[in-house]
Amino acid sequence: MILKQTLNDFKIIGYYLGKILIGLSITMFLPVITGLSFGEVNPVLDFMIAILATLIISSILTTTCFTKKDLSMAHGMVVVSSSWLVATALSAIAFYLSGHYNSFLDACFEAMSGLTTTGLTLVQDLDHLSKAHNLWRHVGPFIGGQGIAVVAILFFMKGSAGAFRMYVGEARDEKLLPNVIHSARSIWIIGICYLIAGIAILSAVGYYIGIKPANAFFHAICIVMCAFDTGGFAPQSQNMLYYHNSVFEFVSIIIFILGALNFNLHYQAWVGNRKEIFKNIETRAFFVSVILTFFITMIGLNQLKVYPQAMTLFRKGFFQLISGHTTTGYMTIYPRQFISEWGGVGTFVIICAMAMGGCICSTAGGIKMFRIAVLYKALREDSKKLLLPRSAVFIQKFHHIKDMFLNDKQVKAVGLITISYLALYLIGTIAAMAFGYPLLDSLFESTSAAGNVGLSCGITDVGMPAALKIIYIIQMWLGRLEFMSVFALLGFLIAIIKGKNVKK
Amino acid sequence: MLKNKLFVCRSYMTMLIFLVIECCLMLNTAYGESVSSNELISNARQYNGKTVRYEGEVIGDIMKRGDHAWININDGQNAIGIWAEGASVKDIAYTGGYKSKGNKVEIIGIFHRACVEHGGDLDIHAQTIRKLSSGGVISDTLNLKKLKIIVILLGILLFIWILELMQGKLQHRFPHN
Repeated sequence: MILKQTLNDFKIIGYYLGKILIGLSITMFLPVITGLSFGEVNPVLDFMIAILATLIISSILTTTCFTKKDLSMAHGMVVVSSSWLVATALSAIAFYLSGHYNSFLDACFEAMSGLTTTGLTLVQDLDHLSKAHNLWRHVGPFIGGQGIAVVAILFFMKGSAGAFRMYVGEARDEKLLPNVIHSARSIWIIGICYLIAGIAILSAVGYYIGIKPANAFFHAICIVMCAFDTGGFAPQSQNMLYYHNSVFEFVSIIIFILGALNFNLHYQAWVGNRKEIFKNIETRAFFVSVILTFFITMIGLNQLKVYPQAMTLFRKGFFQLISGHTTTGYMTIYPRQFISEWGGVGTFVIICAMAMGGCICSTAGGIKMFRIAVLYKALREDSKKLLLPRSAVFIQKFHHIKDMFLNDKQVKAVGLITISYLALYLIGTIAAMAFGYPLLDSLFESTSAAGNVGLSCGITDVGMPAALKIIYIIQMWLGRLEFMSVFALLGFLIAIIKGKNVKK
Repeated sequence: MLKNKLFVCRSYMTMLIFLVIECCLMLNTAYGESVSSNELISNARQYNGKTVRYEGEVIGDIMKRGDHAWININDGQNAIGIWAEGASVKDIAYTGGYKSKGNKVEIIGIFHRACVEHGGDLDIHAQTIRKLSSGGVISDTLNLKKLKIIVILLGILLFIWILELMQGKLQHRFPHN
């Protein structure tokens, strides 16, 4: 029997949603400061409208739904999943007012793509977009990658239990420290430290390659925010091809590899436990997978003689592959070149890399390497069991921060999430094919959207059907939150309609 | 008289030679008409190594690298990187951005699908750069409609905050209600 929600349930959800929106409105002051610094009048007005609209909604929610009750697990999940939808709509206001988007749906697509660190874009005439709006495109992936709820936990949550439920709802499988508020703080400290170091290095590189100092600094902020949070947006329409420089590309690669690694791993390295990097099952699986997929990509590209020299083959092949595998989505080729030049093998391997993604508890998307590694271990265990006598007891161990034993419950949970991702990739592919796109193109774009990658083979365009834009928005949302909190929201909505009242 | 005839004949010959050279070039190049970026990207193998005519707006930064420079030209569909001599980009006064419209230029140069010199980038090595039209500053005048919306929203927010304050005071005065 499904129970209908009481007024208290709505009040709890509304109150905490309001708190999250206050956090969102604070972040919108960053583009306002940028606009004022560069003397951009109208973009500042766009953000003032967005800030006021966000504050009005958050004030209504926190006033009318005021409660001192803490969140239950279901509440936490519903708050997180609904906050991502509301934050998308509110973030899209400033985009829409810029006049660079065909419709509010396109602006919502951009906002969801940013917040989920995907990087697929529907912006028009990006090269003439204001610095304020451009910065907002890049702030989105940074706050989304670190976690919208994590921001709220950091500033507005006092109780640990409710904070933990929101933290879990945002697909954070692991805590860095026993206290969830300390974990959220550590995630932000790690992110901000890399941000500062990355901006300093990339500003210097930008200046060295001939970009004016102010622009070099602005580009560095944008690229580092999106690289560390595996976002994939860039300030210019050519994406990374704009810079025409290998050093710039190399520094970006380092940043987005760091972003794709588990925050827990960063924390371990910071506290001096550097051996963890080499012992961890997930990092091992990630590097084995990168080497393997890179090797096959090279074979595929070499067969078709796509690049005339070994060095160019390495530079283009590796950049696209690592960008896909870390689910960043930066490109140094044009989207159509994937299909027209890379051929079946190269494109398919990139799709596989995108589908697998980065590490859990990182800013990366995709199935995640921890799950791939656990499934591989489970498969190996089952194969060994077949060869051993029935009475033999076989225990599979692996190292992830600490030594762990592989158990059926863990394998089942990992298997369910993996199947959900595969189904999501497939649904998006079928949807795009239904609109007349070829199989490989559809699979590529669907995997990119659901895996929060951002590489495109050209389907994502202002001219694509509105229904497909909505499907990709849902895919990005589901992929980022890793299903559970979205399923909780669906359950909540079903209970509103079909639930039975609780008898007092 | 004979001198005149010889002169006319020589002129015709010169013209004919130029015509033949032009025809030969036309066969090996594609710069009769300007080619769009979409056409170049979609049929990169076909245009690879050929001289092309490409035109568009200069956007972003002019990135000087030694005695050469990179400029990026957007034709309204995509932007393509142009590798040019430093001296030839000196006259570009405006580049496209939020506050400015960039100079519109015409490039005649060799197109590379995967340039060996530049790490496999799709680019054009410019031979000549010609200014088609000058760019300029775009004025950013205050949008009064947006300002009105801000005033209205600010009024609504203040009203909610006053209500919130009153509700807080009431709750403080009558805690059991």
